[in-house]
Formats: sequence, C-alpha cells, structure tokens
Amino acid sequence: MIYLEYLLLIFLIVCAILAPLCRRLLNAVLVFAAFSTVTAILWLLMQAPDLAITEAAVGAGIDTVLFLLTLKTAHFLDGTRDKK
Amino acid sequence: MSAKELWTRFAAWVNGEAAPAARFEKEYQPKHSPLFRRKPREVSTGQPKTYEVWFYRVSAVLASVALIGILLATVTRLPLHGTPGTPDQNEVAERYVEQGLEETGAVNLVSGMILDYRAFDTFGESCVLFLTAMSVFVLLWNDKHSLPPKLEAERKEDDIILAEEEMHLLRHAAHFLTPFILLFGIYVVVNGHLSPGGGFSGGIIIGSGLIFYATACGQKTVSRFFDRKAFYILNFICLAIYAGAKSYSFFLGANHMENPIPKGIPGAILSGGLILPLNICVGLVVACTMYAFYALFNKGDF
Repeated sequence: MIYLEYLLLIFLIVCAILAPLCRRLLNAVLVFAAFSTVTAILWLLMQAPDLAITEAAVGAGIDTVLFLLTLKTAHFLDGTRDKK
Repeated sequence: MSAKELWTRFAAWVNGEAAPAARFEKEYQPKHSPLFRRKPREVSTGQPKTYEVWFYRVSAVLASVALIGILLATVTRLPLHGTPGTPDQNEVAERYVEQGLEETGAVNLVSGMILDYRAFDTFGESCVLFLTAMSVFVLLWNDKHSLPPKLEAERKEDDIILAEEEMHLLRHAAHFLTPFILLFGIYVVVNGHLSPGGGFSGGIIIGSGLIFYATACGQKTVSRFFDRKAFYILNFICLAIYAGAKSYSFFLGANHMENPIPKGIPGAILSGGLILPLNICVGLVVACTMYAFYALFNKGDF
C-alpha cells in the first residue's frame, strides 16, 4: 500500500508542475481537478475520510464548475460565442 | 463648491447617475515645469521591451526558487511526526478521544468536535459563507429587466439553444441521476454524527446535484422550486436556528456542557443532542450558497 501512496504523491508533483505550464486554460482546470481527486484518495489512505469527502466534493466538483463558468464568462473557451 | 452642490453630486453618485469625482473633468496634462529637470516620463502603451520581458521572467524564477527554498528549509526543521514534547501533544486531543463519545454522544468524533466543542467556530464559518454569497451577489447580479442590449441578445440566444438543441444524453442522465445525488447528499448530512461527512460535505453534494440539474434543464426549471426568495428564507431560518441553539452558552455563563436535550444511545440516528439539527442547518446553508454561486456566475440571477 505504501507504494501506491508513493505513486500518487509522484502524480501530485507532476500535476502541480503541469498546471501552470498548460497553454490552454481549460487543460489547467482539468489538471487541477485531477490533482484534487488524487488528494482525496490520499486523504482516504491516510484514514481521514471526512477530509476525503470534502476534498472530492469541493476540489474536484464545485471548484471545477466555478472555474469553467469563469472561463465561459470571460470567453476563454473554444466553441463559445467569441471563438467559433 | 457649496455644500448643496456637494450633496447633489453625492446623491447622483449614490444613485449611479454620475461619476463621483470632479477632478476628472479637466484633462490632466503633465507640464514641464522648471522645478523638475527631467521631463515627465512617458507611459508606454505598446509591447513590452525585450529586456523587460527577460527581467520579469528571471525575477519570477528567482522569487519562486527563493520561496521553495524557504519552505523546504522550514519543513526540514520541523520536529518529527509523533515526537513527544511537541506543542500539539497536549491533553486536549486525549480528552477528545477518551471522553468525546461520552460527552457529545456522537460516534463520529470529528462531528462531535466541530459541532459541539467548537460549535461557535462552525457558526462563524456558516455566516462567512452567507456573506460570501452576498458579496458575489453584489458584484455579479444582473437585473433581468434592464440588461445591456448585447447581454440580452446573448441570453436570448442561450435560451433558444437550450430549448431547441437535443441534449438527450445529458437530460436523460440528469433526470435519472439527480434524485440519487440529492438522496446521497441528504444521507451524508443526516448521518453526519455517525459516519464520515457532515453538514458541509453533504451540503456541497446537494448543491452539486442542483447545479447538475440546472446545467441540463436550464435555470428556469430549478427556479420553480428554488428561487431567490427561497434562498433568503432558508438561509435566514437556518442561521437563526443555529444562533439560537448555540447562544444559550452565553446566557448560561459559557458552561454549556449541561445539555437539556438527552444524548440518546450512541450509534442511533436520533442521538448526539443538538448535533443532528445543527448538521441539517449547516447543510442547507452550504447547499443554498453553492447553487447561488453557480446561478450568479452563470446568468447573474436566479
């Protein structure tokens, strides 16, 4: 089980490096959602299920939705009104 | 400028009719005064120069490396995990673990901590959430009846797309999944004192269900049962119940361990004294706030 934790921690570092390097903001948001999901799994492995539920609901759920809405409002998403 | 003129200006500014400051009426022109030897610097408006770009890049990298170095140096100096003698190894945690079940009646000790021992902190957090929703409301609210023409055209286009486009997959999934998401959220809220979870996480799950439904079927469908009035009433009732339930510790000299409500058998759904109603209050406030965020970011109204 400890190797799974190491694997997930390496994935976290990769996500953290990747998120600011993404050219498209949509990809950065998705990488951030993946980061939150893996963090939730890590909380579960560290036996903090309360934190895991909150992290999964807030970090991977609501935050992603709000970021996507902000990108849509600021016309940064391809396929919306200003970028067809 | 007379006092009356000032007052009319201020009233016009409050009503949103005029710009506040009179100093912008006269265009500002920097003069080349003999007092200063150098000419006033011209502000460049075009592309940044090459050395500026490189300066910003190098200084950003240097600042990041310095911050990372400071943080890593701090981490290496922290005491090892679980060492006796560190400040966090005191009698509070021991007391929570040993007597928490007896004193709060909650099997989930985290819930017992945040809603019984530290219930006032949680009350502050709920109020902060409500205040945040109000701030977002002030910043992003669009009046439905007096939209700017461009925005109004966009809204009409959105409504037509939502009405005519056949989003079969999304709509069927929403009709099928939303009741289960809401039910799971309610389960997490109501079982907050027995299993992991509680008001905050359960409320967010309920809010996500509402957001999912609003994405698939439009905000008008949701506003049939949840509009701004319902948001105000629910938030007010929940915060008032919470404040009333926890303010008696002020009147009883802050010693609220003597709870008039029976604790019940630990593990039963009706146990833990005030924790269950407080969980429901927090969950409702959080669910309302999350849906309000979505609605205000999306349309500016709900």
